[in-house]
Amino acid sequence: MSALVIENLVRTYDGGLTAVDNVSLTVAAGETYALVGESGCGKSTLARCAVRLDTPTGGRIVVNGRDVTRLSRRALRPLRGGFQLVFQDPMSSLEPRLSAHDAVGEALRIHGRYRPEAVDALLTEVGLDPSLGARLPHQLSGGQRQRIGIARALALEPQLLVLDEPVASLDVSVQAQVVNLLRELQDRRGLAYLFIAHDLAVVASLAHRVGVMYLGRIVEEGPAAQVLTDPQHPYTRALVDAIPVESPALRRERTVLKGEPPSPVERPGGCVFHPRCPIARPSCAQEVPALEERVPGLRVACPYS
Amino acid sequence: MLNLESVVVTTRSGVRLVDGVDLTVGAGEIVGLVGESGSGKTVTTTAVFGLAGPGVAVTGGRAVFDGNDLAGADLRRLRGAQVGFVFQDPSTALHPLLRIGDQIAEAGQVHGRHVDVAAALAEVGVPDPARRVRQYPHELSGGLRQRVAIAIALANRPKLVVADEPTTALDVTVQMQVLRLLARMRDEQGTATLLITHDLGLVAEVADRVAVMYAGRVVETGTVAQIFAAARHPYTRALLASRPRLAAGRSALPVIGGAPPVPAARPAGCAFHPRCALATDLCATVAPEPADGVACHFAGGPS
Repeated sequence: MSALVIENLVRTYDGGLTAVDNVSLTVAAGETYALVGESGCGKSTLARCAVRLDTPTGGRIVVNGRDVTRLSRRALRPLRGGFQLVFQDPMSSLEPRLSAHDAVGEALRIHGRYRPEAVDALLTEVGLDPSLGARLPHQLSGGQRQRIGIARALALEPQLLVLDEPVASLDVSVQAQVVNLLRELQDRRGLAYLFIAHDLAVVASLAHRVGVMYLGRIVEEGPAAQVLTDPQHPYTRALVDAIPVESPALRRERTVLKGEPPSPVERPGGCVFHPRCPIARPSCAQEVPALEERVPGLRVACPYS
Repeated sequence: MLNLESVVVTTRSGVRLVDGVDLTVGAGEIVGLVGESGSGKTVTTTAVFGLAGPGVAVTGGRAVFDGNDLAGADLRRLRGAQVGFVFQDPSTALHPLLRIGDQIAEAGQVHGRHVDVAAALAEVGVPDPARRVRQYPHELSGGLRQRVAIAIALANRPKLVVADEPTTALDVTVQMQVLRLLARMRDEQGTATLLITHDLGLVAEVADRVAVMYAGRVVETGTVAQIFAAARHPYTRALLASRPRLAAGRSALPVIGGAPPVPAARPAGCAFHPRCALATDLCATVAPEPADGVACHFAGGPS
């Protein structure tokens, strides 16, 4: 069973802003689906809809086999333990006056399942000494805070974690530790991850599948190894090509994509990428390309690539 | 162009943020200053140019810019004229209520220079500069705002540009455009650039030389080719190894245990020793002096 099924999701706002435009994706148990794209592409809006912190304008969200698209807050409450969101900046998502132990134990308390040993076990599982439980968020390092954020999300034994840029604000040496932790937790618990990120190298080290978003649409989706090393869509190619080289010996001339993503309020007609696309044809301004399957598991929304 | 010798930066309460840094940036080169949070990479330059804020001051060593000791210099005349600064967040560098053209012109006027504003914008790759000069910062995207901030930093043709995480707030495709711009300034005008970053990828992409900082000290310096092909300090090596690689796929990353120390509680001896695989009793007591570009008792030893 898929932990998360999103079908034809649309999220528009008053004033004509379309953040997510007809996106479908599934995340299986034990799988990491990474959603990548630049700012304003709609990836965070999609993440918030997936855990129902936001309500979509159209489409369907099925989490752990249950349609949650239009459930009320009250109806969602008993289900929330099964799907959790981990934020980018744990400093702003943790209550500053709540100790690490209490932050992790909070959800257990609400559900009447609190035991100090259970919290200590969670702290140990995310690689923290239980003695750190007495500390307040500001007494912890960034990496320790993010581990607390992850332990909190794990407290009610979810099947699905939605991770919104969970390592983006961490130091390089700490980033690798947290990515490794997420991989180990997934393999041990069979968790499904919807992993929102902009750093493709971090994505490569965690993801099984990748979806690339541009201005509210998925333009390419497939196995991580394939999409990141042999990208098909011109936008994915540009993203991969813009990754800084790993060593100065690999410096090269490259065609840098011109301009920036337009505002989601003024989305171009036809293919949303056509104004920046190096291979655009006149028809691209009129026709919306379908996300078509090239080979099993690989979908690309560009007829000319 | 910029030459720092044993620079020490201290807070009012006596915490040594920067603990004896040697660094040179020559004309026509981009030097990458790499480090994690708390390493002192930002405060080193803000302190020597008098931008570090109240209570933080240079308390030791010498900072020489273009032949003049900065200790006695009129830093207000220097900043903006001979040294340009580019910061991470362009929206904080721009005045929200002034047209961007006026802000670029003002950067020249305060130092008695007339700036061709449209040409300055065209130079940093802003499309349609004649229209853009009349716009306000909020009308521009993040990438365009950063270009405007760079145009302001370059308005007086500074000899040195200090770019502190100039692309961290930008999207990857835009990041590459800004890096290209820094490289072009170096190549065409011989601008000396100090690129302060946590991202070794940016350094690999455009820098000529690298200095790696850890806990207030430079632990290793060298050309980019040397550092990336044959780093000698265990911290540099670990930092390079812990970078995720696109081709490696879903696999465990080599990690450095622990986290960088905060300036108020740095370990004795070599500050990296609690996280270092090669550390011995010597490392816990005696801080290694930099020799031949590396500060490690066991540089070049087994990895």
